[in-house]
Amino acid sequence: MRGDDLQKRAATAIVWLLLLGMPFWLPAIGGYTELGSRVVVLGLAAMSLNFLLGYTGVLSFGHAAYFGLGAYGAGMTLKYLVPSTSLGILVGTLVGTLAAAIIGPLIIRLRGVYFAMVTIAFGGDDGLIGWTRQPLDFGFAKIDILHNPVAFYYLILVLFALATGCMAWLLRSPFGRTLLAIRENERRARFLGIPVDQHIWISWVISCCFVSLAGALYALLNNFVDPRALYWTQSGDFVIMAVLGGMRSFWGPLLGAAIFVVLQDYLSSQTQNWMSLVGLFFVLVVLFFPRGVLGIIRRRAAA
Amino acid sequence: MSLLRVENVSKYFGSLIAVNNISMNVEPGELRAIIGPNGAGKTTFFNLISGFLTPSSGRIVFDGEDITALRPARRVWRGMARTFQITEVFPELPVRENLRIAVEVAAGDRLNPWLSRDADGEIRARVAELMDRGGLAEKADRLVGELAHGDQRATEIMMALALKPRLLLLDEPTAGMGDQETYDITQLIRKLHREEKLAIVLIEHDMRVVFHLADRIMVLAEGEPLAEGTPREIGANEAVQAAYLGTAAAA
Repeated sequence: MRGDDLQKRAATAIVWLLLLGMPFWLPAIGGYTELGSRVVVLGLAAMSLNFLLGYTGVLSFGHAAYFGLGAYGAGMTLKYLVPSTSLGILVGTLVGTLAAAIIGPLIIRLRGVYFAMVTIAFGGDDGLIGWTRQPLDFGFAKIDILHNPVAFYYLILVLFALATGCMAWLLRSPFGRTLLAIRENERRARFLGIPVDQHIWISWVISCCFVSLAGALYALLNNFVDPRALYWTQSGDFVIMAVLGGMRSFWGPLLGAAIFVVLQDYLSSQTQNWMSLVGLFFVLVVLFFPRGVLGIIRRRAAA
Repeated sequence: MSLLRVENVSKYFGSLIAVNNISMNVEPGELRAIIGPNGAGKTTFFNLISGFLTPSSGRIVFDGEDITALRPARRVWRGMARTFQITEVFPELPVRENLRIAVEVAAGDRLNPWLSRDADGEIRARVAELMDRGGLAEKADRLVGELAHGDQRATEIMMALALKPRLLLLDEPTAGMGDQETYDITQLIRKLHREEKLAIVLIEHDMRVVFHLADRIMVLAEGEPLAEGTPREIGANEAVQAAYLGTAAAA
């Protein structure tokens, strides 16, 4: 137990050193700061999805809906309501969270593949397509996060830290342990007196809340809202990131997002069929390393 | 007043009558065994009591309250816990965490996002006590899924006990065990029953276990009650012998 604990702390320290130093070391190895921002934002989305997938044992293919609502919420606030970035983020996150809270009870009763199927139905809604695909104007004076990508990166990182810190804290609490209980054995959880549906609903809302936050940040990062952010295929990308990196580990999905984004960035400049290559990589990882890339690293570290 | 009153309960699956008009009273502190040949409806009857299934007709009253339609979790809150024929634990978590979850839920902390130092200390102490009494202290940090069958069963029983039930339902606690494990689990149930003064209802196939433990025995056959009485009465009952016990009763 002790050694395990130490290993986890070391991993957390390494992750934070890498994240904090990203704008300095990433350009040095041929990357650019916006790429780092993309990794952090999509990493947050994948980690949020994994709160539900890896720690509650419920697979959702509908998270793009809340990611997209967060993005549209933020974008439309900035465009039509107030030119305030912080308000945009707040509104985007609230809209997504509220929608998840309302839709949750309709689908929570379903389990396994049915839950995943229905989340597609709620996520694949194309009613919001083509609303506002215009540049966003930040009315932001003090720190120019529009022209200063490094400043924007650190804004994202602060919110990322708050969100992931909150999730880590919850997972170490009695409530978090009831989620593990549901993942491990739903019947036993029920007969311990845990109202399973209620707990899954809470986990779902927390997960969707942080995915909405990621969506809001994604809109700000791109300065426009791509309706593709709402497609269920985007949900699939989050699932791929989580599974690729390792869904039984807290930081795994962030690593998965990093691999996904870098592969996408590099391969899409080489070939139009970059997704097939990502898919091939994904299949190989799932076949040979079911615990994800972080699982491989851990095993190496243990040996 | 009886702790548990089952009144004329039946359960149909389509045209199949799994449980037909069974009534049973369990007194506080009693240890009751339910026996019967395979397909007698024992497990279905158990599932009706614990809320895993709802009866087609009849009523179940626990501690004066009608619980016929209550969900399992709510029955647990009222003081009813159970184990399963095939052990239901959290296999990929250590013994300590398995018990910790049960203890936290029992302490009303299931939605709690934060534990004070004191509360955490109390929970740890309670977990340690339960592991000790279940003979699990040395295996505290092992994953339950890696333990021997008997230890998994002991973990499951201690998890149920962590809920401080007034009624504990055990579905074939010694199923699939060797002689030594069967003996150990029997002793554990006996000890816990004596210490906790709780009522236990158990289904069991092993007649040595039943006659060793039970205050009263109910015999089911083809979904209906065949006989009820003390072990001595049941052992001497000719209808029971003919239907089920055969020569086992003499042994």
